[in-house]
Amino acid sequence: MLSLSGLWSLPCNPTASAQPMEQFIQQCVNALQWGSFYALIALGYTLVYGVLRLINFAHGDIFMVGAYISFFVSTFFLSSSGPALSRDLALALTIPCTVVLTSGVGVTLERIAYRPLRRKGVHRLYVVITALMCGLVLENGNLALLGASRKALPDLLDKHIYMISGIAVTNLKLIVICTALLVFFALHFIVTRSRIGMAMRAVAWDEFALPLMGIPLDRVIVFTFMLGSGIAGLGGMLFAMSYPVLDPYMGAMTGWKAFIAAVVGGIGDIRGAFVGGFLLAFVEIMVAAFLPSTFRDLFAFSILLLILWKRPTGIFGMPMSTKI
Amino acid sequence: MKASRVALALLCLLFAAGTAQAANSIKIGFPIPLTGEIPKVGESTKFAAEMLKEEINAQGGLQVGKQKYPLEFIYEDNESKAESAVNVTLKLIDRDEVVALVGPQSSRQAVPAGGVANDNEVPMISPWSTNPDTTFNRPWVFRGAFLDPFQAPVAANFASKQFQAKTAAVLFEISNDYSKGLADNFKAAWEKLHGPGSVVAFESHGPKDQDFSAQLTKIIGLKPDFLFLPQNYSFAAMIVPQARDLGFKNPFMGSDAWGSAELMNLCGKACIGQFFSTHYAAAGATGATKEFIDKYQKKFGYVPDDVAALTWDSVNIVLTAIQKGGVVDSNVRKMRKLIRDNIAATPKFDGITGSMSFDEQGDPIKCAVVVKVSDAGEFTFVESVCP
Repeated sequence: MLSLSGLWSLPCNPTASAQPMEQFIQQCVNALQWGSFYALIALGYTLVYGVLRLINFAHGDIFMVGAYISFFVSTFFLSSSGPALSRDLALALTIPCTVVLTSGVGVTLERIAYRPLRRKGVHRLYVVITALMCGLVLENGNLALLGASRKALPDLLDKHIYMISGIAVTNLKLIVICTALLVFFALHFIVTRSRIGMAMRAVAWDEFALPLMGIPLDRVIVFTFMLGSGIAGLGGMLFAMSYPVLDPYMGAMTGWKAFIAAVVGGIGDIRGAFVGGFLLAFVEIMVAAFLPSTFRDLFAFSILLLILWKRPTGIFGMPMSTKI
Repeated sequence: MKASRVALALLCLLFAAGTAQAANSIKIGFPIPLTGEIPKVGESTKFAAEMLKEEINAQGGLQVGKQKYPLEFIYEDNESKAESAVNVTLKLIDRDEVVALVGPQSSRQAVPAGGVANDNEVPMISPWSTNPDTTFNRPWVFRGAFLDPFQAPVAANFASKQFQAKTAAVLFEISNDYSKGLADNFKAAWEKLHGPGSVVAFESHGPKDQDFSAQLTKIIGLKPDFLFLPQNYSFAAMIVPQARDLGFKNPFMGSDAWGSAELMNLCGKACIGQFFSTHYAAAGATGATKEFIDKYQKKFGYVPDDVAALTWDSVNIVLTAIQKGGVVDSNVRKMRKLIRDNIAATPKFDGITGSMSFDEQGDPIKCAVVVKVSDAGEFTFVESVCP
């Protein structure tokens, strides 16, 4: 076992890039990229929770479905028997197709699994359990349909590695980080400034009084699922581009962690999901960077537990009387 | 209480019925990873075994003594998990009453499943497991592959010669017996060659990790001459490109778990030019090995990986032992004992992955090869190392 002191006392070339400061900045860049994925998934969790008070545990698997959709769509666009488009064009078309198709999956899930239960007025707990089961159905359905062998997304982007004073950044990493930021600001704008966003907040406020005001409840809910799943689809595609080994269970673990990030940030709050996602990634990466990597998850989640212990409602969360 | 007793009685009846029919065919069980982390390994196992079974059954079955017995292979999915490996192994032993087990493949499943097979006195041969614990002090358990204490020095010696390396870094999977065991053995072997502290980084990751940037940044900062990755092919395919993205320019050295037909589909260009130690080299094979490769490629459309070749050999070892016994006993326990004794007494077996004989621990004494991933994505022979 390597201890930290053992690591730094090793003889190293002073001109080499083994400078602690550079390492730290590199780890920050790593955390920004990894956090972008958590943030993109956590936004979907928090959106659905914020509007419906429903923890959509299938969300991580919708992210997985998004990654697979991007695989099929891009393979189709690039295949010689299909349209055989150039890579740039394929990339430009895969993004909207993935987002639209993944939101379709999210909306379908809402329509066939959650809405019937909501209509019957059952307790939220049953809907949450249904969501868990939907996630398992998506995972195992994928396994049954596509088999267990893993898929690799075709290269859609020429990867460039930029070395800026010893810190390596790829163009893809920059795209991922910028996308996460853009999605956050767009979502924030939609929820706080647009009419449909106002309707979403109204559903969260009082879902029973809303139809009396003439606001179509179902349409608002469908829009929420569309938005959340679309973001997950975009995240799934970027994930597949960054980590090009797809398997049916990839969404489960990442999804759970993103859910934890959303809770730590304060579930139901968009800023919370965003900040929570990056916070989790920073903690995970820094623990692995400065402590033996064996303890990564143990330490990372102990730290998050401490944060929740101090602030049970999360960083941005408000205490609420009716949670599930 | 009563209901459970009735159920038990029924179960006993079922088993009795099963035993009565057992003499008609020879049942061999395969607790293999058809889903989970390494599905391609399970697929290769099944394909190789099916190919052998079809060949033998086409001739009316396996000739034992004066009679021919059809083969029946039962495949159970261990989901690449240790718990599931134990469950399906027990299922194969108790419910299906197999006379021998081939698999599991990865040490993570083979170590616990080997314990189950040994306790139940069923001969088991793991074609691909390289961790010593699989067979250690287990007279009923054998393997078709060389051991990690042998593989690790092969990798260490090769890397110091090929890369002129003085320092090494290791990134392994903490929850995997295979990866962890090989990493420890490699560290010991490397430090024996280049002195203490020459393994500059010894990092690990979890079973579900997809992002390795934290560990890799740490490793790259310490400037090792090469990075040793005792990893399954699915992890290798993620780690190698990520290390390149972080600016790592030095070579990688892999282990036998890289040698899947799927490595190049997942890893792409980044894995070209890397080396790994393995059980056989498909490119440039001759004789019986070539025959096997051609048959397999014709039937399934891709070059068989080491798992397929080792499975072929392992099943053949079991079948040879059955033939040597000369009888198919309808008593499953007697039959299992007979097979075990005959495997242990195998003087020398000429397989497609080289000739081997078993030592007192049930481990074969055989050679390892180092292969290079060529520009065409083939695993080409570089050198052979024998014990």
